[in-house]
Amino acid sequence: MTKIWAVFRKDLLIELRTKDTLNSMLFFGVVVLVIFSFALASLRESIRPAVPGILWVAFAFSGTLGLNRMFASEKENGCLQGLLMLPIDRGAIYFGKMLAATVFMLISELIMFAVTLVFFNLTVWHEIPYLILVFLIGTLGFTAVGTLLSAIAVNTKLREVLLPLILFPVILPILVNAVEATNIILNTSDYGALRLPLTVMTVFTIVFGTISYILFDYVLED
Amino acid sequence: MIEVRGLAKYFGRFTALRGLNLRVADGEFIALFGRNGAGKTTLLRILAGLSHPSAGKATIQPAGGVVPRYVRGCIGYLSHNTSLYVDLTALENLRFYAQLLGLPTDDNFLMQRIDQVGLTGREQDPVRNYSRGMQQRLALARAVLHDPEILLLDEPFTGLDQPGSDFLKRYLLQAHSGGKTCLMAIHDAQLGFELADRLIVIDKGVAALDLAKSSLSFSEFKKQYDRVMQ
Repeated sequence: MTKIWAVFRKDLLIELRTKDTLNSMLFFGVVVLVIFSFALASLRESIRPAVPGILWVAFAFSGTLGLNRMFASEKENGCLQGLLMLPIDRGAIYFGKMLAATVFMLISELIMFAVTLVFFNLTVWHEIPYLILVFLIGTLGFTAVGTLLSAIAVNTKLREVLLPLILFPVILPILVNAVEATNIILNTSDYGALRLPLTVMTVFTIVFGTISYILFDYVLED
Repeated sequence: MIEVRGLAKYFGRFTALRGLNLRVADGEFIALFGRNGAGKTTLLRILAGLSHPSAGKATIQPAGGVVPRYVRGCIGYLSHNTSLYVDLTALENLRFYAQLLGLPTDDNFLMQRIDQVGLTGREQDPVRNYSRGMQQRLALARAVLHDPEILLLDEPFTGLDQPGSDFLKRYLLQAHSGGKTCLMAIHDAQLGFELADRLIVIDKGVAALDLAKSSLSFSEFKKQYDRVMQ
């Protein structure tokens, strides 16, 4: 646990100093929301059913940007090489990075969600705990796969292009169920119906998190 | 002890190593010479566990005998890549690596290491503000933080000014006399000859020359070295 915490703390410290990842994620996410806000201006009165999809498109795009940065910064000065030389379980690197990516994504998601409320003139109060749960599980599923694929993409020439190409098909079950769960919360308030999408997302996160942890050792070596 | 048997590494059509054999005794200091692309870095990366061989075997058995999983803990690897986070300070970099290595992370321990490489007074500066030579000094402190038995050095003098170069030379001689095993890839024949007690020239992925320094003078070595390099 101390090793995971060390990797996470290091990423957090660097981010607090540079703000590279969070700024780019937020800027991109808000731009996506602005575009949707203008494109769907004529539907403003009945926009609520479209909000879950809009939100998760913004989350997924900005999250991909963040994941691209996660290992790109490790390539600078051969830092990844320094990490790989250490006599530690490389899973600690995976979980440390995944945790950092999750925190960065959750911060940007909360800000983007606040922006969405303003842009689309929505009011939510008692839905907030449920939304936080969906955002948390959805983001964990996203970063569980994304951290592994980001480590694969970083060793290729086309990493910025490659990551979304390999990431989105794999995380489709997470995105579909996250949109569904968000839709249930915002538009039906039938919280019993949340069980299925939340179960699918949790199972996906555990299964893919375990697979990614096992494979992580292999993808880092040439 | 390090043992390399029939080691081969292919990158697509390019052959970096072609059945290399090598045996390194504990406490030996070996200088690896050779052209760019001769296979020196590839050999060091395989020994460091950063790359898998395409064929053959490389085994490292530290003097104390260590569980294979922890062999990496007996190796210090220093290359022209410093493996330092430029947005962190020297102290934060060393603390991060110390945490992962399970070493003490208190300021006293880390400051001793910073002092050893002559960076006292700059420990709170972000590494981004360091000169190339200072970064290489800190990289050395990082590589030997856990006091490894085996040092793998890939062009460690790259970018160092004269004082930095003198410092590294002193450090390596001290490490060697302290019984550490060193494998150093280097282009400077004179410097390599000065530091090492065994000289190996790698050419086209095999050891074309393997000489004990005690048996020859620098001019004799240079003659043979030039012949291989031509």
